[in-house]
Amino acid sequence: MNETILIPVIVLSTIGVLAAVVLYFVAQKFKVFEDHRIDEVEAMLPGANCGGCGYPGCRKFAQVFVESDNAESLFCPVGGNEMMSQIAEHLGKTVSAQAKKVAVIRCNGDCENTRKLTSYDGPQNCRIAVATFEGENGCSFGCVGYGDCVSVCEFDAIIIDEKTGLPVVTTDKCTACGKCVEICPRDIIELRKTNKKDLKIYVACMNKDRGARAKKNCDVACIACTKCVQVCPHDAIVITDNLAYIDDEKCKLCRKCVVVCPTTSIIETNFPPRKVQEPVSAVKE
Amino acid sequence: MLHTFPKGGIHPPENKFAASQPIEVLSVPDIVYIPISQHLGVPAKPIVKRGDAVKIGTPIAEAAGFVSTFIHSSVAGVVDKIDKITCASGFPQDVIVIKTSEDVWEDSIDTSPDFVKEITLNSEEIRARVLQSGIVGMGGATFPSHIKYQVPEGKQATALIINGVECEPYLTADHRLMLEKAREICVGIEIIKTAISVSHAYIGIENNKPDAIELFGTVVKEFQGISVVPLQVKYPQGGEKQLIKAVTGKEVPAGGLPIDVGAIVNNVGTVYAVYEAVQKNKPLYERIVTVTGKHVTEHKNFLVRIGTPIQNLIDAAGGMPEDTEKIISGGPMMGKAIPFPQAPVTKGTSGILLVPSLESQRQNMESCIRCGKCVSACCVGLEPYIIMTFAERGLVDELLDYQVMQCIECGSCSYVCPAHRPLLDFIRLGKQIVRKQDKK
Amino acid sequence: MNSVKKFTVSPSPHIHSGESVQKIMYGVLYALIPAFLVSVYAFGFDALLITFTAVVSCVLFEWLIQRYVLRGKNTILDGSAVITGVLLAFNVPSSLPLWMIVVGSLVAIGVAKMSFGGLGKNPFNPALVGRVFLLMSFPAHMTQWPKPMMGKFFADAVTGPTPLAVIKEGIAKGNSMTEIMAEFPNISDLLLGFIGGSIGEISAIAIIIGGIYMLYKKIITWHIPVSILATIALFSAVLHLVDMNVYISPLYHILTGGVLLGAVFMATDMVTSPMTNKGMLLYGFGIGVITIAIRTFGAYPEGISFAILIMNACVPLINKSFRPKMFGEKK
Repeated sequence: MNETILIPVIVLSTIGVLAAVVLYFVAQKFKVFEDHRIDEVEAMLPGANCGGCGYPGCRKFAQVFVESDNAESLFCPVGGNEMMSQIAEHLGKTVSAQAKKVAVIRCNGDCENTRKLTSYDGPQNCRIAVATFEGENGCSFGCVGYGDCVSVCEFDAIIIDEKTGLPVVTTDKCTACGKCVEICPRDIIELRKTNKKDLKIYVACMNKDRGARAKKNCDVACIACTKCVQVCPHDAIVITDNLAYIDDEKCKLCRKCVVVCPTTSIIETNFPPRKVQEPVSAVKE
Repeated sequence: MLHTFPKGGIHPPENKFAASQPIEVLSVPDIVYIPISQHLGVPAKPIVKRGDAVKIGTPIAEAAGFVSTFIHSSVAGVVDKIDKITCASGFPQDVIVIKTSEDVWEDSIDTSPDFVKEITLNSEEIRARVLQSGIVGMGGATFPSHIKYQVPEGKQATALIINGVECEPYLTADHRLMLEKAREICVGIEIIKTAISVSHAYIGIENNKPDAIELFGTVVKEFQGISVVPLQVKYPQGGEKQLIKAVTGKEVPAGGLPIDVGAIVNNVGTVYAVYEAVQKNKPLYERIVTVTGKHVTEHKNFLVRIGTPIQNLIDAAGGMPEDTEKIISGGPMMGKAIPFPQAPVTKGTSGILLVPSLESQRQNMESCIRCGKCVSACCVGLEPYIIMTFAERGLVDELLDYQVMQCIECGSCSYVCPAHRPLLDFIRLGKQIVRKQDKK
Repeated sequence: MNSVKKFTVSPSPHIHSGESVQKIMYGVLYALIPAFLVSVYAFGFDALLITFTAVVSCVLFEWLIQRYVLRGKNTILDGSAVITGVLLAFNVPSSLPLWMIVVGSLVAIGVAKMSFGGLGKNPFNPALVGRVFLLMSFPAHMTQWPKPMMGKFFADAVTGPTPLAVIKEGIAKGNSMTEIMAEFPNISDLLLGFIGGSIGEISAIAIIIGGIYMLYKKIITWHIPVSILATIALFSAVLHLVDMNVYISPLYHILTGGVLLGAVFMATDMVTSPMTNKGMLLYGFGIGVITIAIRTFGAYPEGISFAILIMNACVPLINKSFRPKMFGEKK
């Protein structure tokens, strides 16, 4: 009876000990040295693995951060300045603060401002539609509204507005990871500097056609009339290829260009209503 | 057993309604819109300006690079402006707008109907003439022909293959041309043979055109070293590599060019254009276009001036049927749906196909049932079902591993898919993704 | 502006073969009709009832799961659930209690198909998963086969073993092959289906008619059935030649049990079979070998269901290793 128990116990124990010895040597042999700080930094990162920093995943970013001599060029748009400085402090490095940015949709060609000239029958995919033809409303620069940016956004920050058929960015959720910018086949989305209270002024048009043709397809197209350039006191607006562009670094949000734009292609968001306009309308009445 | 290519392929209903309609000359429109980009490669550079008077055959745009060619006025008249309009490609392009007056030809053009058999130019001169005449591949790819005739260093052309396959359903432009201009085409073949210095040419014609096979069978006897190869009817036999395989049995290496197996392929339309350019000094300013469709009242084959609005062709073929939903420039398999009928005919427009509303809508896509029909239909040996999923997810490495770039976009996979999956659309997306990655 | 007609733009190709998933599924159903008629003739009302219950419960489960769990669009009209139901019924004896076939349907549809996301995403043939589940759970019920009663529609069934079970038991008892063969039905009975067995597997001729119909309609290709049958014939022939007293002849192997039903209808299931012709041949070879191995050396008298399921699991691997040859690729 004793033997029946004893033999298995001995055999199993021997196997166990042998395995332990083998495992020990293997572990020694194949030991990979890894900086423990990488784990720590990774834990501090948002863990979104969005690629917004330019590296494949948060761990790689953490590794680069830990190994780099100069961390100035590194930035995690999701975590923002606060998190970056925390990590830098933890590692005893310095990082430069970067302005928080947000994705902006530079097209306002909704169903009211444009007319549907053809109908598209194919996969609901912007990149396929854009490779097929100019777009249902005849604008070969504007948004086609099939939502590639929506599907690529990992933070649910973009949705297609059912009424306008255009994407809308929720500023609070947007981390400026840049995935939508990357995927948009017409380069409509731009990462622009955020301001207090989410104030923004930008040209909501990408149309590089000459004025007449641009206007024919879309009521709110930029026709490159240069009025905004003339009125801008900060030299923030330039026109290239029949299209105005407002430099977000130079713009001081004075809103002068918004008023003069004849096609209302310059858009202001979240500003309080203008006081000047009230007396004007009162006089009219 | 007739020759064909061995791998994949489909046989859609032929619907060649216009096959018995002789070529008619379409009246010259009041205004023509001549796009400056009618060929593969760099758009031509306009050399006329507003108010210039032009004759038929006057060059109005010159080659602006190596892969580029000349463009000629198709009418006599006055240049109105250079505008941007939506062309048959579906995109806005620069067009030279010419207001037409009475037909006046450039003096150098031989407008007599005489048949000229003697070839006087040498290889070099032929190539120069082909470039000067703005000749491009007229099967649809519109690759400038003078480059094709320039056999690269170290390569030797051994066979000229003439594409008289016209494997696209509905289209009959090449078929009619072969029936009506057989001797001219044979002279054209002789010219190209001189240009690329090969001794033998093969004309591949699908078996659904027995009259053309018979006609060429007799006509080629007047010439040396031209033979007719009847082919089994199968789409996409008009694909360059498929045709070479069907006619010569040689397989062009993946990623290679036809010249790698010593072959040069030309469409019969191109051959005829070469004949006219070399023997008659007539640049490419008109072409044959089939106007057809299941519900079209009159099926037609027109000889059309380049730049004529497609609307004019439709009007001349009994007008646009009430329930037309889609206008296709080219055949139903590879043609492009065009947004507006005002778009002009270009050098590559082989047909105008009107599709009734019932047939034009796509069916809803269902799940892939992994039936493998796309795999057996693919003439390149790809696996469209899996490439589609890779393209949807944007997986570049996998796309490359599954050779997405080898796709010739014949559309057989989408055609056969029982789940109505837009396989080709996503394969194109896959190519787009790979190209974008390459640029980085 | 309003009078201008709006045209449709879409990427090429602009025509379609007109083939659809639904047409394929209904094609398979039409192909199953001969076997179904024979089974009703052979097993009477029971066969009809079992098949009907299986179809209804499969469709119902698919509808419920699609509606309330996956919340996708209604898919029951594509006909795939009906096929699963019919095939599941064809793989059970007609004497099976109705509630068991309902449980089998739930496993087939719920576990084997919908839990992977529905049609096209299941790695295993749903009907076979249902069948194997029943076989494991209720072995007694699943191996009692009513004797065919030839047209007596409502007669009480008498149960008996299938030909394969006869052999297995015979060999277990140590009987010689000639003794076993005395109990064995003759070839014409096997062909026409006057033998014991699962509802749909009995008549070889009916199944072959269905197979020819599917080949004609291009729903299946010849590769899978032919390679399965050829492999089985070959291997059983070798064994038969080695020892005629232990191993029965290849003809019996092919005509008895579920080999034909499996080779024609189950293994050829598009979703769970390989894509390329070469892959299909290998897949069929694998099924053949495993079937014969289970039949001759295993505990079960029948092995094709297991064989198909095992090879189903290998399909992704086969697809990966047997890619079609690229045009212009160097050999």
